[in-house]
Amino acid sequence: MDVSVQHEASGNVADVGEIMQAIADHKGCGTTGGSGKASCGSSAGQGDLPTEIWEKVKNHPCYSEEAHHHYARMHVAVAPACNIQCNYCNRKYDCANESRPGVVSEKLTPEQAAKKVLAVASTIPQMTVLGIAGPGDPLANPEKTFKTFELIYNTAPDIKLCLSTNGLMLPDHVDTIAKYNVDHVTITINMVDPEIGAQIYPWIFYKHKRYTGVEAAKILTDRQLQGLEMLTERGILCKINSVMIPGINDKHLVEVNKAVKSRGAFLHNIMPLISAPEHGTVFGLNGQRGPSAQELKALQDSCEGEMNMMRHCRQCRADAVGLLGEDRSAEFTTEKIMAMEVKYDSDTRKAYQAKVEEERVAKVAAKQEELAELAGASSDIKVLVAVATKGSGLINEHFGHAKEFQVYELSTAGAKFVGHRRVDLYCQGGYGEEDSLETIIRAINDCHAVFVAKIGGCPKGDLIKAGIEPVDQYAHEFIEKSAIGWFRAYLDKVNSGEIEHVERGDAAIRQGALISAA
Amino acid sequence: MPFKIISSQCTSCSACEPECPNVAIREKGGTFVIDPKKCTECLGHFDEPQCVAVCPVDNTCVIDTSLPRYQAPA
Repeated sequence: MDVSVQHEASGNVADVGEIMQAIADHKGCGTTGGSGKASCGSSAGQGDLPTEIWEKVKNHPCYSEEAHHHYARMHVAVAPACNIQCNYCNRKYDCANESRPGVVSEKLTPEQAAKKVLAVASTIPQMTVLGIAGPGDPLANPEKTFKTFELIYNTAPDIKLCLSTNGLMLPDHVDTIAKYNVDHVTITINMVDPEIGAQIYPWIFYKHKRYTGVEAAKILTDRQLQGLEMLTERGILCKINSVMIPGINDKHLVEVNKAVKSRGAFLHNIMPLISAPEHGTVFGLNGQRGPSAQELKALQDSCEGEMNMMRHCRQCRADAVGLLGEDRSAEFTTEKIMAMEVKYDSDTRKAYQAKVEEERVAKVAAKQEELAELAGASSDIKVLVAVATKGSGLINEHFGHAKEFQVYELSTAGAKFVGHRRVDLYCQGGYGEEDSLETIIRAINDCHAVFVAKIGGCPKGDLIKAGIEPVDQYAHEFIEKSAIGWFRAYLDKVNSGEIEHVERGDAAIRQGALISAA
Repeated sequence: MPFKIISSQCTSCSACEPECPNVAIREKGGTFVIDPKKCTECLGHFDEPQCVAVCPVDNTCVIDTSLPRYQAPA
């Protein structure tokens, strides 16, 4: 059974890959000139999304890669209890320097949470989204979760509410979710085959009983898919999170993708397993590895059919505050919030959001201009490039200050966002400051070039030695426009024989804690 | 025999509190405690003790054999 499923699944990888290539070639995956249509994923603007969905997601950093440059989200940790056990989770470990799901520094009551939301929204006008993601499961704490939603819904109705659940109790709460206008729900679905589920979930607690093994996984998958169907029937947007666990569900996630797509999920977020031994999770302790950058991208690419794939997830904490990839939660501890006098100012927020729309239009126009130049060029060459950015779609970060690099895939079809790589110093044994450059090179080793606002002579030399071209000539310009321009010159050089195109190797996905340099 | 929570292992996740049919569990000093006078081991309510079944840390909700009533009379 297991073996046949695996075989079937791997067959599908190839099929889907071929189909996707055909679709990509046909549609000009990424961006097509003129019409302004972007056909790949949530990476660009509206793309193929229906207008009513685009209106719902365009200001949501967790649903639109483009929005996450402009808009911030916050999570409030009001839901500590959980009703399932996952082998990649250990709730006991809490470290302020750590950034990963399931981790928080302090738990909040619904009243404290509501005050925190208003305080943050007044301080950070780009805060548009409030999520409840744990640290346990929001629907294993329904009173606390819905009380929080009720308080915020009544005081700040312009803030979008969302929740992230394991799905076990979802069917029981769909009506309440609809009642509070929660229009985004994320369900973590790692399998639709209980045999595989048994390797991920040791047990679940359901209807006053602990279930284990295949029986537990069967109940979980049935409830998850039922909940997904009920939500999409009511027009509530559903994103699916899946953790890619090599050797366990990596091939199977193509099946999961089909199952959730056919039930109306609009976005699939396949994330790499985080399994450092010091986290004390089952997978961390038994040596289960996470995927490499190439393995993750190959799976995401093979799932990218008519369904949008999310590639910008930062796997943030259950109490994160700020733009994705940054965490300002330390500014908003309970003690500080309770001492704050909060005045909710919706005008400042509206003004900020209008400005963002202008920036977006300018960025798209710049990209179209450059794409027109590329029109007519024909080549099979695809390269990845890394970009150091602080946001707003600009190349505006110094190489040495970058905590992460965004990765774009360039082809004659344009520039397509395909992921990000964290590179800052991590609280992980064996990686000190002296070899941080090596760490960065490992993280972007699959890239041909790295775009930066500025770079020192020393790292420049090391990058060139590693075969990665440091590019600083596009400092403070739009990412996509610059990348396409660079790619055009690259193709010219290859065509004229000045340089030879060579494939790059694989890259490492960094594990462990993100230390905010702020 | 009533259950107790080993506080050094309790993650304070609160999952046990609403599951207890006897309302015997409450938060005290950052972790949760079981009132031994109220605990019935869920006999008559459920097939298995609810705090044990829902607790994310194994061997954290255990039978408390240290209570005087379980000691042999002196």
